[in-house]
Amino acid sequence: MPVFYGTEVVSPLMLGTAQYPSPAIMAEAFRASRAGIATVSLRREGGSGQDFHRLIKDLGIPVLPNTAGCHSVREAVTTAQMARELFETPWIKLEVIRDDDTLCPDVIALVEAARVLSEDGFQVFPYCTEDLSVCGRLLDAGCEVLMPWGAPIGSGRGLNNPYGLRSLRAHFPDVPLVVDAGIGLPSHAAQAMELGYDAVLLNTAVAKAGDPVAMASAMALAIEAGKLAHGANPIEARDMAAPSTPLFGMAVLG
Amino acid sequence: MKITLNGEARDLTGPTVQDVLAEIGLGAAKVATALNGAFLPAAARTETTLKDGDALEVVAPMQGG
Repeated sequence: MPVFYGTEVVSPLMLGTAQYPSPAIMAEAFRASRAGIATVSLRREGGSGQDFHRLIKDLGIPVLPNTAGCHSVREAVTTAQMARELFETPWIKLEVIRDDDTLCPDVIALVEAARVLSEDGFQVFPYCTEDLSVCGRLLDAGCEVLMPWGAPIGSGRGLNNPYGLRSLRAHFPDVPLVVDAGIGLPSHAAQAMELGYDAVLLNTAVAKAGDPVAMASAMALAIEAGKLAHGANPIEARDMAAPSTPLFGMAVLG
Repeated sequence: MKITLNGEARDLTGPTVQDVLAEIGLGAAKVATALNGAFLPAAARTETTLKDGDALEVVAPMQGG
């Protein structure tokens, strides 16, 4: 199972807590998913935060707070500091966004925020692109895990750049890698695991499905299948057919 | 004391951050605070005095992806 900053989690599925039809369905979806980590956020206290905090504690799995919505290093750092105190964890899913249409990470600000936070003792999970240079800079900044997007958050498009994700895997064989965002279907999650990724982080695909609990189960099965397949060393794709039934011994009939 | 609390103009007594939290019913709540854009640790709330024009953010755990 994946190990992040020395902590082994019970499953390669990391599941978000937003957008479920109800708290009860969220809790049931988490049970069905057997997720190893729950992602959460911080927002202005409007009366519901205390109940939500209890609900999250009851899930009984490690919490990964995010800096969703932050557009600057300062915002992200302050949010991370508040999250560390509130959730009592050095883990932070670092998001610094520039473009609101794609929610594409601002990788320049991301690297800077990752450096500031790492120096302050945080264990940073950066939401990044699959760019090899950016990922290298994030590791230089102190990150020990990388979380490239599959596709824009909430788009459900799957892995937009399997080639890039495969290159990243090959380039950093020893770094825990997580596909974060863009997953729509269990087959997308399976594909990420087949590429050798250590984990998959998703939210919308489960929470906004017609039956979130069933989709949570489907994601868990797909991730398990993809992980098994990667370990089984899949065959290479080829252009021409290669008969699987032996030709030797075939009766001459024509 | 006129401050901006979570983006809204408020007239509160204070004078400390902890006093303000108690005043708005969050004295014992699980919240984190930022004063004028910088993190304010919980331990510093009782000794941090607010003044006119300060911006206080009070956040709590919320759903996230």
